Amino acid sequence: MSTETTMNGAQLLLRALGDQGVDTVFGYPGGAVLPIYDELFKQNSIRHILVRQEGGAVHAAEGYARSTGKVGCVLVTSGPGATNAVTGLTDALMDSIPIVCLTGQVPTHLIGNDAFQEADTTGITRPCTKHNYLVKSVADVSRIVHEAFYVAKSGRPGPVVIDLPKDVLFAQGPYTPPPPAGKEHKNYRPRLKGDLRAIEEAVALMAKAKKPLFYCGGGVINSGPRAVQLLTEFVKLTGFPITLTLMGLGAYPASDRQFLGMLGMHGLYEANWAMHDCDVMIAIGARFDDRVTGKLDAFSPGSKKIHVDIDPSSINKNVRVDLAIVGDCGHVLEDMIKVWKARQAQPDKKALAEWWRKIGEWRARDCLKYKSSKELIKPQYALERLYHHIKDKDFYITTEVGQHQMWAAQFLKFEKPNHWMTSGGLGTMGYGLPAAMGVQIAHPEALVIDVAGEASILMNIQEMSTIAQYRLPVKAFILNNEYMGMVRQWQELLHGGRYAESYMDSLPDFVKLAEAFGAVGLRAEKPGDVDGLIQEMIKVKRPVIADVRVDKAENCFPMIPSGKAHYEMILGDEAAKTGEQKVSEDGMVLV
Amino acid sequence: MTKDRTVIRHTFSVLTDNEPGVAARIIGLFSGRGYNIDSMTVAEVDPEKNLSRFTIVTTGTEMVLEQIRHQLERLVSSRAVKDLTAEGPHLERELALIKVKGEGAKRIEALRLADVFRARVVDSTLESFVFEVTGSTEKVNAFISLMKDLGIVEVARTGVAAMSRGAKGM
Ligand SMILES: Cc1cc2nc3c(=O)[nH]c(=O)nc-3n(C[C@H](O)[C@H](O)[C@H](O)COP(=O)(O)OP(=O)(O)OC[C@H]3O[C@@H](n4cnc5c(N)ncnc54)[C@H](O)[C@@H]3O)c2cc1C
Ligand SMILES: Cc1ncc(C[n+]2csc(CCOP(=O)(O)OP(=O)(O)O)c2C)c(N)n1
Ligand SMILES: [Mg+2]
Repeated sequence: MSTETTMNGAQLLLRALGDQGVDTVFGYPGGAVLPIYDELFKQNSIRHILVRQEGGAVHAAEGYARSTGKVGCVLVTSGPGATNAVTGLTDALMDSIPIVCLTGQVPTHLIGNDAFQEADTTGITRPCTKHNYLVKSVADVSRIVHEAFYVAKSGRPGPVVIDLPKDVLFAQGPYTPPPPAGKEHKNYRPRLKGDLRAIEEAVALMAKAKKPLFYCGGGVINSGPRAVQLLTEFVKLTGFPITLTLMGLGAYPASDRQFLGMLGMHGLYEANWAMHDCDVMIAIGARFDDRVTGKLDAFSPGSKKIHVDIDPSSINKNVRVDLAIVGDCGHVLEDMIKVWKARQAQPDKKALAEWWRKIGEWRARDCLKYKSSKELIKPQYALERLYHHIKDKDFYITTEVGQHQMWAAQFLKFEKPNHWMTSGGLGTMGYGLPAAMGVQIAHPEALVIDVAGEASILMNIQEMSTIAQYRLPVKAFILNNEYMGMVRQWQELLHGGRYAESYMDSLPDFVKLAEAFGAVGLRAEKPGDVDGLIQEMIKVKRPVIADVRVDKAENCFPMIPSGKAHYEMILGDEAAKTGEQKVSEDGMVLV
Repeated sequence: MTKDRTVIRHTFSVLTDNEPGVAARIIGLFSGRGYNIDSMTVAEVDPEKNLSRFTIVTTGTEMVLEQIRHQLERLVSSRAVKDLTAEGPHLERELALIKVKGEGAKRIEALRLADVFRARVVDSTLESFVFEVTGSTEKVNAFISLMKDLGIVEVARTGVAAMSRGAKGM
């Protein structure tokens, strides 16, 4: 090996990151990763964003990844640095977000000795990553980095950890350039093309459908803009209705007439009823999550189910389907459209018209209707006004977890993919603020808003300091109900109104808090204040915390209580009449 | 929706890269998702290609068994997964070492039974034998249960190794 091509492990690492197109790393230093920080110091091509807690780094990388379609990159030290990253890694695994997380490790000869800041990082992260590596030799550094990026982004995306002992970072070794396409991994090659015969069968089923429904999810967004475009084309071509999951919002233009809105626990009446009554369901890149299906044996009982997914383990996991197509939804949609056109498929116009008429009736129920107020700011009203002011701008929304998240999903409309970032599978409070930070780094000119709850945002509020340091004009739009509203809602409806520990006492003054972080603090207390607050928030080119004091007692509807069927959905006006809901014991044990 | 809740026993063969942590990944997958492991064996089978082969005997409903196969396939380190039970006739063998202590008639009876089961004597003293028996799990179970009355001291079993019949490989 010529001396020119050998470098130390930290240099090899940075070179490999560069070759993988990494321009931003979210991280936090410590003893075990100092050699990497030393090399970062000497270069300019990779920007390091110093977060305030490693958990924030992973969520920021998730926001960056979801809003760009690229792999997010994280760098943390050994021991506590790595364990702080675990929640974010689990979040990325559940939501199929591609992340490469570099963790420092004690030198190889000390591994297993309970050395200072040693943690069994590969052991701890095995169940919360798609794959992980412990690099034992400097000769493997660059090869493993290339492989990790490939694994993170191909097939069903997910987080990958590379654990790097300190001695490996100092040792000298050769560089391996990225392998050519097709040689990225010795055997991991997810199937992209769907089985053509199954696709033909699917199209035949669809052409005969009388009450069809597309049910699509995050997988379409994972697949990329081409898949989104093809989905829109196919939905238009067929004239069928479509519903999206929480993770799928943006995969089909929300303003289009064929879109029925989100389905599921807090989904729209028309979407859930269409799901219940449909005769052919075309599931694409969605995983039949329990928030979506409700009571399994009452879920869409009369439909033939077609399921397109790149991960065979998503198929027949919760719900038995009639026709499985394993493949990338972009590739499969392309073939479906071809076959549909080649067959000159003509759906039953009369049946479809009848189906749309039925859907029209459900729509007329106007399930998101809420009682407006002149005294209190209704959270729905705040979001309607927010949407009014941002709809013509290039906006990105992240959320925390709770009622505000569900209202955001219901009231904000996404016309394109990658503009909606939320923690769906894990439901991680504290996700939204750091995620917004990551989005803003990737899109410096865009309007990035974290729709937050006052409880959630406190879980990673320290990232306001990062936001200030990098002058990121992120807006935290807090729907402050002084409650863990989602918890309070369950306690009201299911636990006799015993509000155990869900009241948020001793909240900070968010306006002063904003100022303490060098941001702008705004507050609205009356419905009349809302428009002004939003306009001001958008106008200032600085970070903002907006404290919107909303009705503390408002509940989020529609709601399908855990373990109940779609037809047992509760609507706002009905709930006001009936009070506490009877949930079976089976339902009570569910989350 | 048809949901068959009958629990059945299946044997899987899994070919993986022989690298650190693979066994932990597989065991973690089973424990994390609440699947059963009745038996699991593993050894390197191809040093040149660096491959290990796991044989896993598990029980579950049809839906769970399908999940198990997909979850195993999904591991980045896994090369090939076969549900031997689903795919047709296959062989299952395990080996057991059985230490029996006894004198007089019992000792003679133990030897006679060992002969019937084609168990070999691999160690003997004046008061004990160690038998080695190979065969299907049922055969090994039968042998051990007969030996119970003849003074078993201890048993060590390898768990099942399995492969399909016929010319085709994995
Ligand atoms: C408080 C709260 C309430 C919630 N309420 C609801 C609700 O009412 N409605 C709702 O929908 N969700 C709700 N969720 C979210 C829910 O928990 C799940 O996260 C969500 O439903 C999953 O979305 P998905 O099915 O689109 O799957 P994702 O998690 O986005 O998974 C993507 C699927 O697509 C597949 N895939 C990935 N890439 C590709 C590709 N290239 N080609 C093909 N397939 C691919 C994957 O294998 C996977 O099966 C809620 C969450 C919280 C926190
Ligand atoms: C880390 C974490 N802990 C606990 C929960 C359970 N949980 C779900 S929503 C919620 C309350 C959120 O309150 P807030 O952020 O104020 O939002 P709101 O529901 O009031 O809009 C809690 C505690 C969670 N999702 N994440
Ligand atoms: Mg709240």
